[in-house]
Amino acid sequence: MLENKDLLSINQLTKDEILSIIKKAESYFRNNKITMKKKDLNRFTQINLFFENSTRTQVSFEIAGTLLGANVVNFPLSNSSQSKGETLLDLASTLNSMNPDILVIRHPNSGAVQLISEKVKCSVVNAGDGNHEHPTQALLDILTIKKRIGKISDLNIAICGDISHSRVARSNIFCHTKLGNKITVIGPKTLIPKDIEKLGVQVFYNMVDGLRDIDVIMVLRLQKERMDGGYFSSEREYFHLYGLDDRKMKYAKPSAIIMHPGPMNRGIEIDGDLADNIDKSVITMQVEAGLAIRMSVLELLLKQKIENV
Amino acid sequence: MSKTKTLINAILIDSKSLTQKRGSITIEDGLIHRINGPSKGKVIDCKNYCLAPGVIDLGVHICEPGERHKESFKSASMAAASGGVTSIVTFPNTKPVIDNPEILEFFMKRARESSKVRIWPTAAITKKVAGKEISELSFLQDAGAIAFTNGLKAVKNPKILLKALNYASSLDGLFIGHCEDYYFSKGISATSSVFATTMGLPSAPKEAELLGLERDSLLAKLSDINYHASQITTKKSFLKIKELKSLGNKITAGISIHHLLFDETDINNYRTFFKLNPPLRPTSDKLFILQNIKNDTIDTISSYHLPQDEESKRLPFEKAAFGAIGLQTLLPACLKLVKDKILDLPQLFKKISENPAKLLNIKSGILEEGYPADLVLFDPEKPFIVDRFSLLSKAKNTPFDGYKLYGEVIKTFVNGKEIYQSRNKNDT
Repeated sequence: MLENKDLLSINQLTKDEILSIIKKAESYFRNNKITMKKKDLNRFTQINLFFENSTRTQVSFEIAGTLLGANVVNFPLSNSSQSKGETLLDLASTLNSMNPDILVIRHPNSGAVQLISEKVKCSVVNAGDGNHEHPTQALLDILTIKKRIGKISDLNIAICGDISHSRVARSNIFCHTKLGNKITVIGPKTLIPKDIEKLGVQVFYNMVDGLRDIDVIMVLRLQKERMDGGYFSSEREYFHLYGLDDRKMKYAKPSAIIMHPGPMNRGIEIDGDLADNIDKSVITMQVEAGLAIRMSVLELLLKQKIENV
Repeated sequence: MSKTKTLINAILIDSKSLTQKRGSITIEDGLIHRINGPSKGKVIDCKNYCLAPGVIDLGVHICEPGERHKESFKSASMAAASGGVTSIVTFPNTKPVIDNPEILEFFMKRARESSKVRIWPTAAITKKVAGKEISELSFLQDAGAIAFTNGLKAVKNPKILLKALNYASSLDGLFIGHCEDYYFSKGISATSSVFATTMGLPSAPKEAELLGLERDSLLAKLSDINYHASQITTKKSFLKIKELKSLGNKITAGISIHHLLFDETDINNYRTFFKLNPPLRPTSDKLFILQNIKNDTIDTISSYHLPQDEESKRLPFEKAAFGAIGLQTLLPACLKLVKDKILDLPQLFKKISENPAKLLNIKSGILEEGYPADLVLFDPEKPFIVDRFSLLSKAKNTPFDGYKLYGEVIKTFVNGKEIYQSRNKNDT
């Protein structure tokens, strides 16, 4: 059902492929909970290779693989050959020789996951590469929207905050464009990348104008660790201008929902109480949807091999 | 010293009169002795192939001293000779940097021992190209430096640059400047655009080049130095050069052939052989310069040959080293401009031979009696597919791998001596 052996970007997926991943993910839910018999995938090996610190995404992929019955190995990078100066591609060729079936990779540089994928035989899932893409995040956001709102087209979506350094924003923009949703990006001019409107999005530098008629508000984490300084004046001014709070929420549709890819900086990009308001916030739902999406992606990529089991 | 010989039945590419006519050249004592005179000495029938002044490639990195595994004088000169390049103007960013006469003397000693083509060194205008202290420019000139530069890195402090330019100006020096603004260009690997945005690559606005050019040209004017803007790659900075020239500034400008033939979309799936400094530009800028390359705004076309080993390039795009090799492919790549009717042959050789010689103030680059017999005999039409592993440079980082280019060098002469002959053309 998926054209490529790898999932590197949303950009490379067709609308039908996106929909089939969502459909598969939905099939894992019984009474709104992920319940499934362990599939007999114990002859498959999944290696998680996280070059960038991550807890939730890595754990999510780990549980997803485990629920499918695969053998999941977390490759320990901190005490590995990387610190001994081994190059990325040497590591890739080493892993290739271990014959895994699937590699789940996160890397701080854009394009690095693709680079590795070109050197290995197995399937590769991009779990986030630099400022480029984070495809499973966009897919889990779609699933969350579908479960909460009931539809995934003809929606007005706002992505707020640090767009420049966000792979989540890019994957969501590509995804929602394919699904026929209207996308608005909102943030300070310093954090909006050049020519983003050419990707088919509307740009606003203030929340009040940008949130008008919005169905879904995606709040991005301020990527403090990526800043090389001078993108904004202070955290309190950022919260005043771009932090989502009750006052700014009023400008969106009354039914609007709030999403956040996590982890949150409460009081910087989102008001803490609002994040906990289960009438509006679907942040915990996103985590559960993430698990289903990752199971779906892993199973679809292994599908051909599964059929041969 | 070369033996007297006469090359007959050649199409002579004359960039001064902008003509190409059938004729002959007699070489004696390493010089062009007569043009269209009686045959003298050994007669070589050129069979109506083109005979032009050898290419002068401005801004070449030879990795000696320091990184001979990437390129040496021997490999660079073989690559040059087989590409019709008879003079290489080197950049000083070696390890150590060529910023004092002792290193330059060693460099020239290696050049004399190993290079078949002429080596014209430039020297670092600031020590270690750090942009802090002025190098011993006068000693460097005495040791053979023909121009000063900070390589592919702008001097960040304008006050220091002005002092250095004043000092160089008092020595009647030429400065070759890299216009990309220092702070903008630090840590980036692409030009800001929808392409870089989609790819998630750290980028700088293309105006960073204009910013650097405006600053440098102001300081160059203040110090009254001859300034060569080594790579002008955007529409806005192109128009700025045009304006400065019309105002009578002592400024010249160049471009790399790679920026004329490629744009940012060639980076495509993070292809690191297309990671250049300055970064490749949006298609519209490339097309604008291509459409205007014929006029006199851009004086020179060069390769900015920068060898990188596989380890430096087989990395995520952001981490990969800048640069492409180009000595051997410069002429064939330029001949694509002729094939595409963007330039004719005399116009091309103005930009790859005559103008580089003129701005460096060296007696070379034209077909004229009394000039050194640095010549290239070539077939401009012959198509071939570039195979990077067949190139003679040690490093193989060419962006042309798999591309169709035109032109085959049949013979290359330096100082009247044949230093290269194509294996396929034994008949000439």
